Amino acid sequence: MPWVRFTQLRKGHMGQYIFRRIVASLPVLVGVVLVTFALARLIPGGPCVAMLGEKATQAACARFDHDKGFDRPIPVQLAFYIRDVVTGDLGTSIRFNRTVTQLIVERLPLTVELGLIALVLATLIGIPAGILSAIRRNSAIDVATMIGANIGVSMPVFWLGLMLAYVFALVLKGTPFALPPSGRLSSGIASIPFYQMYGWTFTKGTFADGTAQFFANLYIFNAIITFQWNVLGDALKHLILPSVALATIPMAIIARMTRASMLDVLGRDYVRTARAKGLASLRVIMAHAFRNALLPIATIIGLQLGGVFSGAVLTETIFGLAGVGRLLTEAITARDYPVIQGFTLVIAFCYVAVNLIVDLSYAFFDPRIRFE
Amino acid sequence: MAITTAPRPASVSFTRQPESLWRQTTRAFFRQRSAVIGLTIIIALVLIALFAPLIAPYAPTQVLIGVENVQKRAAPCIHIFGCPTDQPQHIMGTDGNVRDQFSRIVYGARVSLYIGFITVGFAIVIGILLGAVAGYVGGWFDNLIMRILDVLLAFPSLLLAIAIVSVLGPGLTNAMLAIAIVSIPAYARVMRASVLSVKEEEYTLAARTVGVSPMQILFRHIIPNAISPLIVQATLGIGTAILETAALSFLGLGAQPPTPEWGSMLSAERNQVFSAPHLVFLPGLAIMINVLGFNLLGDGLRDALDPRLRR
Repeated sequence: MPWVRFTQLRKGHMGQYIFRRIVASLPVLVGVVLVTFALARLIPGGPCVAMLGEKATQAACARFDHDKGFDRPIPVQLAFYIRDVVTGDLGTSIRFNRTVTQLIVERLPLTVELGLIALVLATLIGIPAGILSAIRRNSAIDVATMIGANIGVSMPVFWLGLMLAYVFALVLKGTPFALPPSGRLSSGIASIPFYQMYGWTFTKGTFADGTAQFFANLYIFNAIITFQWNVLGDALKHLILPSVALATIPMAIIARMTRASMLDVLGRDYVRTARAKGLASLRVIMAHAFRNALLPIATIIGLQLGGVFSGAVLTETIFGLAGVGRLLTEAITARDYPVIQGFTLVIAFCYVAVNLIVDLSYAFFDPRIRFE
Repeated sequence: MAITTAPRPASVSFTRQPESLWRQTTRAFFRQRSAVIGLTIIIALVLIALFAPLIAPYAPTQVLIGVENVQKRAAPCIHIFGCPTDQPQHIMGTDGNVRDQFSRIVYGARVSLYIGFITVGFAIVIGILLGAVAGYVGGWFDNLIMRILDVLLAFPSLLLAIAIVSVLGPGLTNAMLAIAIVSIPAYARVMRASVLSVKEEEYTLAARTVGVSPMQILFRHIIPNAISPLIVQATLGIGTAILETAALSFLGLGAQPPTPEWGSMLSAERNQVFSAPHLVFLPGLAIMINVLGFNLLGDGLRDALDPRLRR
């Protein structure tokens, strides 16, 4: 790729590396836009039949196609589509009669919260379990962790979710361990948006308004900055079961990767040297071994994001959470293709962006990568 | 050019012939307890699938209303565990349509293995072709294929599969096709990497020197020698394919009733999880055991085929 080679003049510079990586991910983003563009146009019978139903008359279809611009040449449609995407106009949902952007502002925050909590949970449990397994290799702890991890990666998320709901909402009902199986907040508890509390007002429909709503819909974030502790507690309680269900597979994968990576590093000469010069065991494990084992672990954590996005679709369906995943399945049943198209696009963009950040963070932690 | 060395036997002995690579791998495989467990699970499932009509007491779609005195969503009734003998025996109870749950789970093994093998088989054939041709031809063609695959990888897999099914329409075949398309990039990339190294081997060069046609070099020399890293990938992929197709069925996009597919069986009864938990628990458990089998087998194969991990 000549346009990348041009920027390789100052190899190893972080700014240059960031630029190079961003440029390299542009073709992928263009491809993502093309795929979502093709989605609606590949539906058998065309978007009109998909939306108005099999019984739609020729005249109704012609009017629909004309209104939505489907009767124009494909390159023109593509040009308009790209313009719309760039300006943030993702169309209007047929079923909800609201713009897709509005729906995303309402629904994405929940999925972000759920996904982040699940990922943090998976990391906080997976890494220590993996380290412990590696340093106590072939012990009972190691065997138990690895059996658990193997079962964890093989479990269907939707099944685990339903079983957790059964145990914690029904079997343990009335005990202090009972947890709510659905919804974001208990009835009677309402989250007051921070902008309302602080008396800020925005013009409806502006970017600032949308952004403010987005952050207010991150209930946990909103509760913290407005000191609504009862809302925070309730929101967290509602997220325990879904995030545990969602965290299981990433947790198992992270634990396995940590173990493998630690075992590899623990056998290296510099670890033996560190031990030989009499450093405390814990210091050798954390400062010498773990730091060097971290890169593959970070890679695998980054890769789990896709799994978390996919799993959120299932988890939200089970736990009655109105996030993007559940909206997407609802949109498919209703053949609400602007929503399917818009959500697929936004999630793919998020996914590419997060992977880019993960890539950049490696280069930050390991300068060797910048020179590759 | 890569330097080629013959595989070194694990133990060099002057009195005995060195073991063949095949025997070494087999021994390394059977030394691992988890791999043997995985293989046992798969063999058991294959046997259950093959002999389903002999194992299952009922047909998987037989509705028992008017046939037997049994309620819908009846709890399991096992005679040797104290269930009255005047009641018909249903060791896993009955489902919401008064069908024998055990029979449906047994027949589900057929559906599940069919999904796993066909989906991965399809994905791997396309993946091998794309990866091998891209790696062998190189240049702009390689670049184009790889960028297209990058775009596919930019979507979370289940999400892309959902989008594809929403275009194709729900159904088991379409769901399998979607899962297959989504998993092609992984196979193609592994194949390409493998082909890139085999391409530089001396026997490839030798074939080219004596004037073998490029097609023949690709199909007779390169692909057969580059395929082994894909074996592990495919075994692990079967587990993933089963899991993801079950997820699509759970969302109502895959297998449709009355097909005894575990994901859709679970989905049909998911609102009854509080009143009839066994109808949700058992199909899910079946999926898990199946996927676990392929995962353990795949891990075992990887360790057995990797000479660095051999002790």
